[in-house]
Amino acid sequence: MLNQSAPVDDVFRALGDPTRRRMVERLGLGPLSVSQLAQPLDMTLSAVVQHLSVLESCGLVRSTKVGRTRTCTLEGAGIRLGADWFAGQRAAWEQRLDRLGAVLTADIDEPDTSQQPEEPDERSSP
Amino acid sequence: MITHTAEHGTFAITRTYPVPPDRVFAAWSSQDAKARWFGEPGGFNAALELDFRVGGSETNSGGPPDGPVYTYRATYKDIVPAERIVYEYSMTRNAALISVSVTTVEFAAAGEGTTLRFTEQGVFLDGADTPDIREKGTNELLDQLGSTLA
Repeated sequence: MLNQSAPVDDVFRALGDPTRRRMVERLGLGPLSVSQLAQPLDMTLSAVVQHLSVLESCGLVRSTKVGRTRTCTLEGAGIRLGADWFAGQRAAWEQRLDRLGAVLTADIDEPDTSQQPEEPDERSSP
Repeated sequence: MITHTAEHGTFAITRTYPVPPDRVFAAWSSQDAKARWFGEPGGFNAALELDFRVGGSETNSGGPPDGPVYTYRATYKDIVPAERIVYEYSMTRNAALISVSVTTVEFAAAGEGTTLRFTEQGVFLDGADTPDIREKGTNELLDQLGSTLA
């Protein structure tokens, strides 16, 4: 448990700061360059870079540099999107397969004569 | 602004039904039978179109009123009656491709009944990575933070 709690502590420490929370919220809408990220903040670029390094070190934000521009993206939300999608698909299929079971069980109780090609009745042939 | 991402996932669900494999298989192999359970709870799925043969396709679409239209399009790759069905499918949200999956449905006799094993392996793409969903993800993150701190 101690091994698991350490990274979580880092995440909460990182989000305990209002500036860093605001950075995370804005990155939640899409990737931004460091200068775009700094624009609405009333602080120096080097202070923004320091906040960014805190967010990066705990895995909340990832940044990649192309040429002279460093672009920041939210890491956690992207992972959650995929996980949510597969969890949603699984839940949808759990429900569908339960409905299939209800349909199959209803057919036992009350055979649907219009949809029973698997159960030929010798006497009903014309 | 879309980030191009690809995330992979897989899940398996097992169910046991009190009817033999050919009966369970029949609920997958015709449009009328499948429309009784593949859709909204309690309803007959009139949007479903199924051409159940190897190389045949299946389509279904829907979504919330005034919301995005989700379209499901599958192609059947392998059919072994009463034993196995393999199909691949893609899902789009309006025009954007969200996911591509391979699904395997296996039917095995279990006493008088059938054990069905459903396995989906897929890749989830950036197609759904729209700002509103990203914002939802961020809000959830912050809600979790809030509940932990409370």
